[in-house]
Amino acid sequence: GLGQGVGLTPPCRSHPAPPGQGWACRAVLGEGHQRTVRRVAWSPCGSYLASASFDATTCIWKRQEDGFECVTTLEGHENEVKSVAWAPSGNLLATCSRDKSVWVWEVDEEEEYECVSVLNSHTQDVKHVVWHPTQELLASASYDDTVKLYQEEEDDWVCCATLEGHESTVWSVAFDCSGEHLASCSDDRTVRIWRCYRPGNQEGVSCSGTDPTWKCICNLSGYHTRTIYDVSWCHLTGALATACGDDAIRVFEESPSSAPQQPSFSLAAHDSPGWVGTLHCSASVLRTSVEAEPSLKKRPRVSFSRHMSLMARAVLPVSFLE
Amino acid sequence: SCLIAGALSPAVDIIRTIRDPEKPNTLEELDVVTESCVEVQEIAEEEYLVVIRFTPTVPHCSLATLIGLCLRIKLQRCLPFRHKLEIYISEGTHSTEEDINKQINDKERVAAAMENPNLREIVEQCVTEPD
Repeated sequence: GLGQGVGLTPPCRSHPAPPGQGWACRAVLGEGHQRTVRRVAWSPCGSYLASASFDATTCIWKRQEDGFECVTTLEGHENEVKSVAWAPSGNLLATCSRDKSVWVWEVDEEEEYECVSVLNSHTQDVKHVVWHPTQELLASASYDDTVKLYQEEEDDWVCCATLEGHESTVWSVAFDCSGEHLASCSDDRTVRIWRCYRPGNQEGVSCSGTDPTWKCICNLSGYHTRTIYDVSWCHLTGALATACGDDAIRVFEESPSSAPQQPSFSLAAHDSPGWVGTLHCSASVLRTSVEAEPSLKKRPRVSFSRHMSLMARAVLPVSFLE
Repeated sequence: SCLIAGALSPAVDIIRTIRDPEKPNTLEELDVVTESCVEVQEIAEEEYLVVIRFTPTVPHCSLATLIGLCLRIKLQRCLPFRHKLEIYISEGTHSTEEDINKQINDKERVAAAMENPNLREIVEQCVTEPD
């Protein structure tokens, strides 16, 4: 069948690192998938790794002393799985596919996985799924130009909101640290910020029954010159980073005079060809700086400190065209 | 500018010899592509945006997307300069042109399509230069 896991793999020998320095390749899990691996996600407890593949399966790998073992392969999607995400509780997993569906899986203490819902709300490919930081609320981004939200109501998973506004494929979404805001990025070259209004809210936004309403409160337009593939919302600083098809990374920060119902964001940093400048990134834990210098070929050679490069890797999407 | 003309000519030469998936003719012979269907803009130092507008011979949806795929694959492989690529069906030639344009410009759809062995085989036959 598809996705045969083959036990443990010896550590990669081609990139040795002196002890205590740099990063070393500890494992190559080469036997799990038959096609492109599109997404990987660590479980909240850190013991498991999920991998979503164009071969229509999702593998669950368990960390062992000397490598990883494939403990199960989740099958059912009709074609490419585009994304996989663990809920903060660690008991739920979501997958999504070009087959237009979002699947919710439950895992028990015996490491048994069961599909508890197949959600067919989207009318086209689902590109990405993301869990709310604290609640069991799921968001999905789709080729049908919408973002949808799902939660469990009376033992059934249902689509509880549809966010319309983007004019083309939504590639990714990200919640802020509170989960009260969602950022979405699109092939329409905009980033939109949505805010959750609960029933009985002060601002007078109408809600249907007990469900909150999500309203678009900010549209970042005119900054990106091509498709925006990914967005990441820093839970420490509130900064928004974007990954764009024009080869640039952009970081946005909310302006100090920003109003809650109509926030304004400004471009805090922009790493792209020809840019010469200094990017300062500070967080409560790290303080670091980055300098970009033009290289001979007039493309900036950006040197990152070790901590900064970890953050940069967190926002750059894995390239899926060889 | 002569820089853009230098980028235009390779693009045209690359696409004119692509074979139609169904017929024993090149896309140029069938008027699916012409010299004027290629537009080039400089977007950065030594990097160009190449825009192709092609006219499919029949209104059949799957053939149009297949031609779009062949155009993208061959240009990606053969253009000798840094580029971004946009491929469209020329306006007014197809009832579902927006659908087709969206598919052929979605890089994830394209990448997944090229992992399908049957589809890949057809594309390779259309883009491979005869000896």
